[in-house]
Amino acid sequence: MTTSATAVTPVEVELTFSVNGRRVKVATSPVQRLSRVLRDELGLMGTKVGCDAGDCGACTVLLDGAPVCSCLVAAGQVENCEITTVEGLASRAPLYDNLQRSFLEHGAAQCGICTPGMLVAATALLERTQSPSETEVMDAIGGVLCRCTGYRKIITAVLEARAKRSPECSAAAGKAVGKRLVRLDGKRKADGTEIFGADEIPAGALAVRVIRSPHHRARFDFGDLAAFVTAHSGIHAVFTAGDIPGKNCFGVIPRFADQPVFAEKESRFRGEAVAAVVGEEKVIEALDPANFPVSWEQLPPLTTIDAALAPDAPLVHANREGNVLVRGRVVRGDVERALAEADIVVDGEYETGFVEHAYIEPEAGFARRVGDQIEIQACTQSPYMDRADIAAILGITPEAVRIIPTAVGGGFGAKLDLSVQPFIALAAWHLRRPVRMVYSRVESIMSTTKRHPARMRARAGAMKDGKLVAMDFAADFNTGAYSSWGPTVAARVPVHASGPYYVPHYRALTRAVHTHQTPAGAFRGFGVPQGAIAQEQLYDDLADRCGIDRLEFRVMNALDDQTPTVTGQVLGEGVGIRACFEALRPKWSTARAEAATFNAAAKEPLRRGVGIAGMWYGCGNTSLPNPSTVRMGLKRDGRIALHQGAVDIGQGSNTIVTQICADALVAPIDRFDLLSGDTAITPDCGKTSASRQTFVTGKAAHMAGTALRSAILRLAKGCECATIEFGDGCITIVEEEKRHTVKLGDLPLDKHGYVLTSEATFDPLTSPLDENGQGTPYAAFGFGAHMAEIEVDLELGTVKVLKVTAAHDVGRAINPTLIEGQIEGGVAQGLGMALMEEFFPGTGENLHDYLIPSSGDVPPVESILIEDASPVGPFGAKGIGEQAVIPTAPAILNAIHDAIGARIHKVPATPDRVRATVLAATRRGGPHA
Amino acid sequence: MYLRPRTLSEASEALARGGRVLAGGTDFFPALGDRPSTGIVIDVTALTEIQGISIAADHIRIGGATTWSEIVATPLPRRFDALRAAAREVGGVQIQNRGTIAGNLCNASPAADGVPPLLVLDAEVELVSAAGRRRVRVSDFIVGNRKTVRRPDEILATVVIPCRGNEGVSAFLKLGARRYLVISIAMVAALLVPDEHGRIAEARVAVGACSVTAQRLTELETVLAGAPFGPGLGSLVKPEHLSRLSPIDDVRAPAAYRTDAALLLVRRVLELCAGSHA
Repeated sequence: MTTSATAVTPVEVELTFSVNGRRVKVATSPVQRLSRVLRDELGLMGTKVGCDAGDCGACTVLLDGAPVCSCLVAAGQVENCEITTVEGLASRAPLYDNLQRSFLEHGAAQCGICTPGMLVAATALLERTQSPSETEVMDAIGGVLCRCTGYRKIITAVLEARAKRSPECSAAAGKAVGKRLVRLDGKRKADGTEIFGADEIPAGALAVRVIRSPHHRARFDFGDLAAFVTAHSGIHAVFTAGDIPGKNCFGVIPRFADQPVFAEKESRFRGEAVAAVVGEEKVIEALDPANFPVSWEQLPPLTTIDAALAPDAPLVHANREGNVLVRGRVVRGDVERALAEADIVVDGEYETGFVEHAYIEPEAGFARRVGDQIEIQACTQSPYMDRADIAAILGITPEAVRIIPTAVGGGFGAKLDLSVQPFIALAAWHLRRPVRMVYSRVESIMSTTKRHPARMRARAGAMKDGKLVAMDFAADFNTGAYSSWGPTVAARVPVHASGPYYVPHYRALTRAVHTHQTPAGAFRGFGVPQGAIAQEQLYDDLADRCGIDRLEFRVMNALDDQTPTVTGQVLGEGVGIRACFEALRPKWSTARAEAATFNAAAKEPLRRGVGIAGMWYGCGNTSLPNPSTVRMGLKRDGRIALHQGAVDIGQGSNTIVTQICADALVAPIDRFDLLSGDTAITPDCGKTSASRQTFVTGKAAHMAGTALRSAILRLAKGCECATIEFGDGCITIVEEEKRHTVKLGDLPLDKHGYVLTSEATFDPLTSPLDENGQGTPYAAFGFGAHMAEIEVDLELGTVKVLKVTAAHDVGRAINPTLIEGQIEGGVAQGLGMALMEEFFPGTGENLHDYLIPSSGDVPPVESILIEDASPVGPFGAKGIGEQAVIPTAPAILNAIHDAIGARIHKVPATPDRVRATVLAATRRGGPHA
Repeated sequence: MYLRPRTLSEASEALARGGRVLAGGTDFFPALGDRPSTGIVIDVTALTEIQGISIAADHIRIGGATTWSEIVATPLPRRFDALRAAAREVGGVQIQNRGTIAGNLCNASPAADGVPPLLVLDAEVELVSAAGRRRVRVSDFIVGNRKTVRRPDEILATVVIPCRGNEGVSAFLKLGARRYLVISIAMVAALLVPDEHGRIAEARVAVGACSVTAQRLTELETVLAGAPFGPGLGSLVKPEHLSRLSPIDDVRAPAAYRTDAALLLVRRVLELCAGSHA
């Protein structure tokens, strides 16, 4: 560590303008971005910053009534102007209350990070137009990106902004489950008061700039760091690997942990941290990293799976032979013999690229040292895992680390891994000052994990009657420079690559391969979406070769309660895949007929197609324990404290878990006080991933609720059939004609500070997989099937998705609106993966080269909820978070095949790839040439 | 240092002493990345002289600081349809409300949405400096990827477009990989002026995002001149008419696809013009 301490004063002028109807004077640089002035100088944190480049629209405000990106407006340009932020909409526009209610009722806010921008953009439209058309709404919000909702609920909310509203905000005792309850944290997402990672700035906080490798692989040497610190007033310290008191190593799976906080001699990917510069916020902002004393010597990088697997390839990690991080294997029956004996065998190779999570909230947070403890308030999906890693890095006990999760502006898997936390923790630990860090968009894209690129080869065989007999699947995943969730991807894919079908003879082999690329980690589905792209396209080919309708082929082979899965598990109950396909059957016939009619009538170049794909996905960790513990307390005021640590990343666990708990306790939902996943006050509910929070934490909440109910009845000496009424400061037990009231104010408090506490832990029953991958990897699976209707421009290769119909077996729909939100958002991400999203490390580290779907790209989504109850889940519920994304891409790819008569083997199916496929098929004299 | 002069002469005098021009900020700020601005910044958004659109008998003047939203909102002759269509495709509404026509030209991105329509309008730019004023055709103004002939002391004050009455029709097509907020893979603008015999008196076609600078397809224009004005014009377009394009491979598309797509878009934009005239 190298330290110094002086400050600088930047050139500022005093500017006068009006914000939300109030005249303000601000001393600031006139070239400062308006977004920064609003947030940092005026404390208007409702205006979010997602990219600082006008690419995402999160920072939209009204400038003299017109929507603008406040990150692109110079402070000097608003002198004497009127600015309206989300905080001022209510007083500006009389219809705003209704618009906000409409957002809440329709579930238009999920994580909420884009919501202020959406509301501002929509308000500008509604001030101009009484009843806008759908296209006008799309145009108006087209400049604001959303990664969670798939836009359709936002569009509906704006279209119905003037309709009379009656959102359901409460539920009577025992009536919460199944209700379209407005999300409990919805109001603060819709009024801009939600606190995300970047939204709280402790007084006197220092800032961090991380120095990152500009090369995929490089040796580096530092210059004189002490001189650098001395020469820059306002810079307090530079930290490098030598400053780490504990282990310079972290990783989400302890056995494979390999990622240093700072690289020591050689960087293994572009964007890897080598040093952190800490100082006064304005000095750090002004710092040009090019002036940092470090010299780089580029080394030849391994950028592809092939290069990494070459016999003479250098090792990315000395202890990982052949650059293979881990292998996955599931084998059942005799796949070679079955394929030899099958009437029909098809094969194919499929490839996918890096996919960026592109949540609109870049990673952010702050840390402060409190005595010999460190507190970190940041956006995260996994507070207790963060706690363990930070403890190891600082060389302190986990109990000395407190993680306070903020609201998360989208996660999708990448906020399971550490980002800002080690840097702010280390700096705050050494300097004993609060330290804050907000990733820039470029930094976020270049340094955080991605979806694994996959290269998959598969063969599948069936008998003439359409019975699936065998599948042979092999896949390599580019896991990048560090392990992250590579082992999970390699383990999950073989378990799922059969799809939700009975496949008696099966072999699936996977490898996670290290390269000098961005670490690939968890992204909604842990590799299963990639596997489904191969498998569902292959099964379409098989159906065609058998001469069987593609949907009927899937119905015929669908798993049921008694057929074993590829790991030999017989699920017994809750296998709703056939029901999903059957729900789609009438829509499939209609859509196919409509597409045929269109194609018969249409002149080239437009052709329509319809595609279908199925999905299954195990809820929770694969054959590993993943307990959740929920604590509840009856307070003296008669209210219920609910400590539920499932981090709500927009999917709605705050609401879902409470709905479950309320019905288990049989209490009205508005009696609950929610406590967050703060590790100092709430037990571990595990990570928000693996579609486990509804299923696992929900079940723990159900158990805790039931236990608290029993405890209350014991306290009041009521029988199990009695009704509990929760009053102010008392509870009343009602049994037939008898009422018995217990005053709570006089009762003693337990060690948690409650009159009564209940705590329950749930860990779904699984078993380890044997050497052939046989066993019980999950206690429950979610099932689903999507049908995509698309239109291809054969000449340009562009694909427009017209509609997606999504049937999902969710066991029990705890909150149908939130489930639809997961499905629609999953469809949007699946569409992006199918048609436009691919990240190339080193290029396109922004949101205009890396494209995610905009409001004009996501079609209407019709959700069909099937409730085939899980015997284990709370009220029968299963997960939906990842399930929703898996079938979309293969359904779209199958629809493209249906339209053009040729297969896309590499996603995304960008216009040039589709056009090349059409041309190749034409040369071969393809069916639609 | 930051200056926000009120008159063009003040601005040009200030710029003569050095500095960078800031207008709508839609290219200025993204170019900064996460570094703060340094040096002298001359903000031209308070110069009323370079704002707004004025229509004269034989030309239309668009002030350099006119935003895309203003261009969308202003009723203009049909030969401006391509420009107005392009204006609707510049980023999202937020960008259209701030981004200016001069900024689009001076930033000189090969994929600048405004350039092909201005090329087919035979637009000129008026550059103002303390030393005086000069006019340059847009086709001569942009000379490379992010390169123009603008001297650092000049302000692009006005875009001047020759226009007599309501002659000609135009259209614009942009191809990108998503609906909103997208940088073109290829884009095409065309302007056709019919004569009184139902033939094409004059044709102008320009392609953007397929070369370092957007290109007029003059060989094609010659072929189109004299052709019957109506459906079927697309069939006159041959691949060799696009020979002056030199597209690159990038994250958006490979070069070969761009050439292929540009040909298609040229055919379609001509059919669109022909159809809109009918």
